[in-house]
Amino acid sequence: VTHVAKRKSDVGTLYRGSPGQWSWIAHRITGVAIVLFLFVHIVDTAVVGWGPEAYDRVESVYQNWFVRLLELGLVAAVLYHALNGVKIMLFDFWPSTTRHMKGLSLATTGLFLVAMVPITWIIGKGTLELLGWI
Amino acid sequence: MAVETKERVPVPAPRPGGTGVRAGRERPSGGFELWAWLFMRISGLVLLFLAVGHVLIMHVLDEGIDRVNFDFVAVRWDDVFWQTWDWAMLSLALVHGINGLRVVVQDYVRPAGARFAVNMAFYTLGFILFVLGTVVVFTFDAGKWAGAV
Repeated sequence: VTHVAKRKSDVGTLYRGSPGQWSWIAHRITGVAIVLFLFVHIVDTAVVGWGPEAYDRVESVYQNWFVRLLELGLVAAVLYHALNGVKIMLFDFWPSTTRHMKGLSLATTGLFLVAMVPITWIIGKGTLELLGWI
Repeated sequence: MAVETKERVPVPAPRPGGTGVRAGRERPSGGFELWAWLFMRISGLVLLFLAVGHVLIMHVLDEGIDRVNFDFVAVRWDDVFWQTWDWAMLSLALVHGINGLRVVVQDYVRPAGARFAVNMAFYTLGFILFVLGTVVVFTFDAGKWAGAV
């Protein structure tokens, strides 16, 4: 049996992929997360039809710091999915823009991160107030 | 409804003599899949305003979720504008989301029977939630609890 030495690149590096691969998986994960939340959210909103006591009891779930973190995650998921969706439409309706895929992926991610700064500040502040830390 | 969806057609290789960079992405060639493809983009564009707007209004601006309670909903749904907004969002988000799930299921659920069952479960759930949401948005009457708040 001939021994074939493995090249260093076969074992020692992490496959990093291209931006499109990462935005594809992020789009998929955020999409599934949002639709699962939507299923629950339609039901919790429907409780409003059972009056103030029932609805306000359901809404009080947001008085929990962990739920606030989930809320931040939801806002982030919707925003990312929307911005990345714009990028997808750009590629699909103006195919020549795919030549700038790397730059546009960077721009989408950058815009998302910039928007998340004030949003994290606002929801984070509310969460800390809830905990009585500030 | 395309319950028995076929496997997706692989991307054709770049033409010889070309630059090797294919402009554009793969898109369905016709039929239901092309309409679904188009729907995802059009509804996505509308939801960019409806859903992102909704999330910012409810969770970020002006005290965010802290001010959302029964009275808040009562005031909002007294207005046809917000009823229309919420109902349009409900319908578009459900179809957009469930079609998205169909695409995901197509990738991960291989046996035809299981794929059919999973898709039907989502379609049924979606229909029930659509009816529930529609009834609540349009029949909600906060006046029933007047004085109780």
